[in-house]
Parts: sequence; structure tokens; C-alpha cells
Amino acid sequence: MLTSLRAGRGERVGRDVTQSGRSFTTRRRLGGLLVAVLLLALTVFASLALGSRDVALPVVVEALVDRDPAVNDHVVIWDLRLPRTVIGLLAGLALGLSGGLMQGLTRNPIADPGLLGINAGASLAVVVAITWLGIGTTAGYIWFAFGGATLAALLVYGIGSMGGDGATPVKLAIAGSALTAVLTSLITLVLLTNLQTLERYRFWQVGSLVGRDLDTARTVLLFIAVGTLLALVSGRVLNALSLGDDVAHGLGQHVVRDRAVIMTATVLLCGSATALTGPIVFVGLVVPHAARWVTGPDYRWILAYSAVLGAALLIAADVLGRLVAPPGEVEAGLVVAFLGAPVLIALVRRSRLASV
Amino acid sequence: MTAGLGLPALGRLRRRQRRRTTVVLAGLVGVVAVFALLSLGLGAYRISVDGVFRTLIGQGDGRDDFIILSLRLPRLVAGILAGAAFGLAGGIFQTLLRNPLASPDIIGVTGGASAAAVFALVMLGAGSLGVSVAAFVGAAGTATAVYLLSWRGGLTGYRFVLVGIAAAFMAHGVLGYLLTRGEVREAQMALSWMVGSLGSARWPEIAVLATLLGVLTPALLALRPALGLLQFGDDTATGLGVRLERSRISLLAIAVALAAVATAVTGPIAFVAFVAMPIARRMMRSGAPVLLPAALVGVVVVTGADLVAQHLLPGNIKTPVGIVTAVIGGPYLLWLLATAGRNHGSVTRIT
Repeated sequence: MLTSLRAGRGERVGRDVTQSGRSFTTRRRLGGLLVAVLLLALTVFASLALGSRDVALPVVVEALVDRDPAVNDHVVIWDLRLPRTVIGLLAGLALGLSGGLMQGLTRNPIADPGLLGINAGASLAVVVAITWLGIGTTAGYIWFAFGGATLAALLVYGIGSMGGDGATPVKLAIAGSALTAVLTSLITLVLLTNLQTLERYRFWQVGSLVGRDLDTARTVLLFIAVGTLLALVSGRVLNALSLGDDVAHGLGQHVVRDRAVIMTATVLLCGSATALTGPIVFVGLVVPHAARWVTGPDYRWILAYSAVLGAALLIAADVLGRLVAPPGEVEAGLVVAFLGAPVLIALVRRSRLASV
Repeated sequence: MTAGLGLPALGRLRRRQRRRTTVVLAGLVGVVAVFALLSLGLGAYRISVDGVFRTLIGQGDGRDDFIILSLRLPRLVAGILAGAAFGLAGGIFQTLLRNPLASPDIIGVTGGASAAAVFALVMLGAGSLGVSVAAFVGAAGTATAVYLLSWRGGLTGYRFVLVGIAAAFMAHGVLGYLLTRGEVREAQMALSWMVGSLGSARWPEIAVLATLLGVLTPALLALRPALGLLQFGDDTATGLGVRLERSRISLLAIAVALAAVATAVTGPIAFVAFVAMPIARRMMRSGAPVLLPAALVGVVVVTGADLVAQHLLPGNIKTPVGIVTAVIGGPYLLWLLATAGRNHGSVTRIT
């Protein structure tokens, strides 16, 4: 009698503990996400307020609330700073998400979205557009970049899924790296023989948020929206896939179809981002790591965090690039590497390395 | 009883594996020999196989001697040594860190070398020796920094890879910056160094690389059993009696030294380090570390690519070998991936 009572109470206490544990984790994750969103808001505001031209904070607010085309400061904010902020927001979100997807898909912590050959495919297409079609504006590159990215990703997935055991993570990773190397060689070959192409290409390849207008952003908005939607519903699937193909299959997942959906989302997101800004590499790698450090291995949360933090990182990098060498600027793609690398190293040194 | 039944089968399997090893190694050596003859004989002035042999044993005529010994041999030897060094370095990194993506290109070694070399080239206007020294310093410096930064009372492979990637991205950031800031001609010069070529290799540098390979290969052979156990993970390796930290540091140091010196001599020939081990594994159908075949594959890829770059590509621009290595090695690896069947489960496994 007594023992059974005790057992009953023990059970209840146990349940209470796990429940409060679970809600503690959820609260921590929600709190973290809130902090991340605040961080993003802060960077967005900084991006509107800071630059080589000094604009007083009240004027910034005034410009946002009550736009006056006759005031120079307002024009700077609306025509120069707002577009690059929006583009940073979209591209950063897309890169962060696609990085999380890619690391989950290949079960490889050092995978980034470029691994599918997306960056190399986009770059080769842009090089072709510059060299043989005489296209020379960022807006003109956008469809080439997107098309090249898609083709390359299809090729990688196609090759990766040939052979007896289908598209295993390792095969995808190797196929992606191999194709990237081939495409990069072709790019180098063209650049070495064609000085004019190199002159234009070298400024595209660093990755920058400047010189794109909002129309360019509107072009890829639909792709990013669809990609984001697919990504956000993929969290649960990635959790299952992270247990290995056999377990995921046993849990009732359709592994091949799931992979195809995740690939599609990655291509839409990373392809759009690359088309918008040029190849920016570091965001997709470092942001999911930062996210995993707070959230643990649950991909639903990792993806949500990655989207917000990716945007924050890219915009912060752009703002910093404006401030370090006025009146000149350092491109966001370069700043991200210098900003992101120490962050990644610090994270890696501190964490107990939650593996993928 | 069952063990007694199993043993003959196991023996057969071992014999078959051993035979396969012999065949693959012999085949690779044969291919290297043919490539070597071709690369010594072919060119604007063609020399017969007979003439090549006569020169090599010291009985050629003056003109053949000059062309082979001063022009074609340095190129060939640099290709062979660099191919072997890159193949070994990549193989060690990939096995030790248990990640097929962890070649020296990914973890910052060649990135650091490139950044330093391009800095010397663009900003300091250095000559070829200066660039070589800068490349070596860059590679060794980056590797040391990565090592120190990832040390936390011990070394985990995973942490090492991630810190290495961070370093690689920083190096590429520097490269991107240097490429946009210099004159476009300088950018082109930097670009052509960055793909790697054999034309600029001179005997003194080649001698350094040869000495290094001569010294490090026996050391590597001694560490080979430890590497075989380390690929099963730290716990298993410790359990099986590997002195984890010491073996790992020695192996990493060897791999870095090989990659750094080879990069200093030829530039970072793209893709060789990445591709050698996966191809060797698939040829051997083996899950064990296959360092010697990986080195030979590296040699075949570099010398073969140089032949193509020198003699098969149209036009009078001399294509750097690094462009061709990826264009040949990449599709071959992709083909291997695409054709590997399910019954060779161990073949597609590389980690």
C-alpha cells in the first residue's frame, strides 16, 4: 500500500519535473528568439541611421514616419539605405535558413548552402553572361545567377542520387564539392583569358548589398517566400532525418521525397540570395551553429533562429562595412567573413559541441 | 565450430583484398610511368622514348639533355612530388578528422598560403622566391593558429575542422579584398598563382619538397596503424591503446607540412588533396586508410592534368595545371559516385 502510494507520488513528481523541464527549455528558446528578433530590429534601425552621411536620430525617425522628398536626409534614407537594408534582410534570412537546411540534409556540420554547387553555378552563369552576352548590371545578372544555381543543384542531386543507395548525405556532399571544383576551374579559365570579364566579375564575387534596387528584391521575393514556407515546415522532417535514414524511414518518413523538398527549399533560398547579393558564403555556415548553441538539436527552432540571426548578421556586416573606412565602404561579403570567423571560433571554443 | 567454418572464407577475402591492392598499386605506378615518359618526350621538340631513356641514364646527346634535364624534368618532378604531397595531406586530414570535406583547402591551410602569397604578390611586388616563402609562412601560420585556437585541454577533430573553416573563410575574405583593390592585371596574376602551376618550379624548391617527402614518408608509415584506429573515433582508438594526442598531433603536423611546402612550390593545385583519397578508396574497395594509393592517385591526377594542359588544349595560352586537375578529377569522382552500387556499401562510405 505504502509502496504503491510512494510509487504513485514518485511518478507524479517525475512527470512534473519533466514537464517543468520541457517548459523551461521552451521558455529559454522563446526568450532567445525574442532577443534575436530585438537584435535584428536594432541592426535594421542602425542600418537606416548609420552611414558616411551623418543623420541625427530624430531625423531618421521623422524620415520613416513622415517622408519629405525635399529633405536630402530623407532621400538618403529612403533611396539608399532602405533598399540595401531590405535586401540584407531578405538575403540574410534566406542564407541563414538554407544553411540550416543544408547542414540537416547532409548531416554534416561543415556544410553550407554553397555546397550544392549553388554559388559556383550562379557564378559561372554570371561569368558567361558578362563574357558572351555583354551583360553588365546587377539587375541583369539576377536571372543568370538564379538559373545557374538551379542547374548546378539539380546536377548535384541527380548525380548524388544515382547508384544503388540513393542520395546519401555523404554522396551529396562529395558530389557538391566535386562539381563546385569543376565549375570554379571553368570560371578561372574564362577569367584568366578575359581581362574585361575579370574586371566586372571581381566586384560581383565579393558579395555586396549596394547597387541593387527594390525592383531586384521584388523579383525574387516570391521564391524566398515559397522557400521560407517549405523550410519552416521541414523542421520536423529534419529532426527525423537526423536520426539516420533507416530510423527516419521507420518513423514513417518518405526519405526520398523529404530530401527533394528540402533541396528545393535550399535552392530557392540560396539561389535567390546569391542572385541578389553575389555569393556570400559565411552566413549559411555560422548562423545555424550559433542557433544550435542556444536551441539544442531541434531543427524547428534552429531554422527559426537561423532566419532571424542570418538577417541580423548580414545587415550588421553591411553597417560595419560602411563605418570602418569612410567615405569608402567595405563590401558586406568581406565583413561577414571577418565578423563571422571570430564568432564561429568563439562559439566552437565555448560550446560542448552539440553535433548535428 | 562456426568460427572454423568462417575462417577459410575470411582468408579468401583477405587474399582477394591483397591481390586487389597489388593490382591497383601496379596499375597506378604503370600509369605514372607512361605519363612521365609522355611528359618528357612530348613538346614543341619531340624526343623519342629511346632518346628519353638515353638521357636519363646519362648517355643522351647535348640537345636532348638540355631540353629534358633543364626544361621538362623539373616540371615533371615538381608534378610528381606535389601530387604525392597533396594526396597524402588530403588523405591524412580526411581520415583523421573523419570528414570527407576536411581537405587542406577547406580547413584554411591552402587559404592561408594563398592569402599570404597574393599579399606578397600584389602589395609587396615580391618575386617568385618571395611568393613561395610567403605561401609557406601563410600555410604554417594558419595551421598553427587553427591548432592553438582549437586546443582546449585536448583536441577534438570536430572543433579543429570548424576553427579551420573559420580561418579559411577569413583567408578568402582577405583574398577577395586583395582581388578587388589591386589593378586588374595584378588580380589576374594573383588568380593564376592561386590555381597552381608547375611551370615556375625550380630545382632548389623541388629539392626541399623531395627531402620533406623522403623524411616524412617513413614517419607516416610508422603512424599508419594509429591512423587506422583513429578513424573509428577517439573512444575506440583510446580503448585500443592508441596514444591519442601524440599520434594525432604528429599526423596533423605531417599533413600540414606536406600541404604547406607543396603549395609553396607549385601554388595550391586545386582539388588534388580533396579528390585523391575518395578515388583511392573506391579503387581499393577498402574502408582502411589507403595512403599510398591516395598519394599515387594524386600523382596521376597532377601529371595527367599537366599533360592535358600542355599538349591537348588548343590555343597558345599555357593553361595552369590547377584548372585541369579539377576538370578531370571532378567528373571522374562524380562518375565513381554515380556508379557505386549498394552491394559495395563500404565503397561509398568514406568517413
